[in-house]
Amino acid sequence: MFFFKEALRGLRRSTAPALAAMLTVLITALVLGVFIPIVQATMGAASDVRDRVVVDIYVAEGASPAERESAQRAIERTANVRSVEFISKDEALARAREKNPRAFREGSELLGSNPLPASFRIVPDDPTKVGQVVDRLAPKGPEGAREPQLTAIDEVRYREEDTQQILSVTGLVTVVTGGLALLLVVASVALIANTIRLSIFARRREVEVMRLVGATNWFIRWPFMIEGVIVGFTGVALAVVLLTAAKESVLEPLSDRWAFLAAPDTIAYPLLVGLLVLAGVAVSAAGSGLTLRRFLKV
Amino acid sequence: MPVVELEGVTKAYDGGVVGLQRASVSIGRGEFVFLVGPTGCGKSTCIRLLLKELEPSEGEVRIAGKPLSKIPRKRVPMLRRNVGTVFQDYKLLPNRTVYDNVAYSLEVIGEGRDQIRRKVPDILRLVGLSTKLHAYPDQLSGGEQQRVSIARAFVNHPPLLLADEPTGNLDPETSIGIMQLIYRINRTGTTVVVATHDKEMVDKMRRRVVELREGRIVRDQESGLYRPDESTTEFAIRLRGELGIGAEGHPN
Ligand SMILES: Nc1ncnc2c1ncn2[C@@H]1O[C@H](COP(=O)(O)OP(=O)(O)OP(=O)(O)O)[C@@H](O)[C@H]1O
Ligand SMILES: [Mg+2]
Repeated sequence: MFFFKEALRGLRRSTAPALAAMLTVLITALVLGVFIPIVQATMGAASDVRDRVVVDIYVAEGASPAERESAQRAIERTANVRSVEFISKDEALARAREKNPRAFREGSELLGSNPLPASFRIVPDDPTKVGQVVDRLAPKGPEGAREPQLTAIDEVRYREEDTQQILSVTGLVTVVTGGLALLLVVASVALIANTIRLSIFARRREVEVMRLVGATNWFIRWPFMIEGVIVGFTGVALAVVLLTAAKESVLEPLSDRWAFLAAPDTIAYPLLVGLLVLAGVAVSAAGSGLTLRRFLKV
Repeated sequence: MPVVELEGVTKAYDGGVVGLQRASVSIGRGEFVFLVGPTGCGKSTCIRLLLKELEPSEGEVRIAGKPLSKIPRKRVPMLRRNVGTVFQDYKLLPNRTVYDNVAYSLEVIGEGRDQIRRKVPDILRLVGLSTKLHAYPDQLSGGEQQRVSIARAFVNHPPLLLADEPTGNLDPETSIGIMQLIYRINRTGTTVVVATHDKEMVDKMRRRVVELREGRIVRDQESGLYRPDESTTEFAIRLRGELGIGAEGHPN
């Protein structure tokens, strides 16, 4: 209680730098508060897509059931293969029909027989390894064409470009937002550190007198520390208020119309707030702590 | 056991200036000692050594038998809690009231609220400032500020009180009041060391005098005067004054 009062006393005297630091924390928290859900939504979408990275292996038309089964076992033994699903000709047709009912109503009658081959659908254990899986099953020949290793296999196919794009975009999003967040956090720490430094300089003589009457290091430091945390906490609290207001007034009416805004797998709001507050307090404590270590040595 | 002991203490500042040179002195419990000498002779150096604000270059400083060199940095605040200090420039906390200034040195030692509420007004009454509890230092006269600093120094009842030119900024009349206060503290059994230029005060008080010159102790005398070579004349003048005799007198 005593330390808290002392901290407030200090803040009253260095209002301008305290306000600047508070604003920085506020902006940091706002940006984090907006970006964390966005990044999460992007990552969620990306990981959905990543899960959909598959390799389709078409079984040769004339392959016997025995050949097919030995092919399946061979595929299952291949490195980086998570699962193998067999899709028979009938099933392939059924799925195709489901996707595009009109085309097949007429089409199958026209063709008289089922044109779709049986296939294996392979999910790799790691989407980035999909290329290697394909290379193992059907290495590129001297002319650049893929040559399946197993006789029962007609063709190995995967959407190479899609996969690469998805992987690089998610990577970029992570790096950019991570970098931005880091930058802002560093700026906040620096500004809080500056506030505390000014506060210490403004009270140099006072600190000297405090030492003279036998105040311990921590007795002198606590008020400064609390000062920093108050600044950080106020900044985060204001950011939370703004975020909540924005969420209520902008996001909620919109998400009725656009379902993706309701982003089902983003972080829960209370958890987000908790995280922000924690981060704000940690950042300001770090800022104050750093300065105190440097400038309040006895 | 002496409260303060200096044994062959030399303090050389960076750059070779000598603040104190092979000074040895021993001050017993309850003594009242004046530290006198011309400016730059090492009085403040001596006081700062006793507070472990400075480390001696040579020799040993002991307080209550404990060598200060054996006190780790972390324990220095504990030492200072047991040594009251009064300075020429008062060293009050400018943004705190008289009450808060005195309360601070109790808060530092973790004194409870009730104790603080009881002790602070008591000590302020003792120094004659009970009407100015809520004034700020810049609203007080120099003498009043010095009273606050004495109250702060003494509120813990430390066994040792160090004063570095406590009357340096005050007029003679106010100085007497401050000295009286310090003397009163001494009478409660507190050992008191006063560094001063105030010749008249030293001569009137007739306490132990330790004189420094260029960092050396040149005199250590019980019930001394500020300057012994003037003592006979001074003595005569004082006696004449007290007895109401005229100024002619006999040559000596
Ligand atoms: N921090 C310092 N660095 C270098 N030299 C110093 C320092 N402090 C004091 N001195 C020198 O040490 C000598 C003794 O100084 P000190 O302050 O002890 O004198 P003093 O007796 O208190 O003088 P005064 O009566 O004017 O207060 C002086 O020559 C002074 O210049
Ligand atoms: Mg001095």
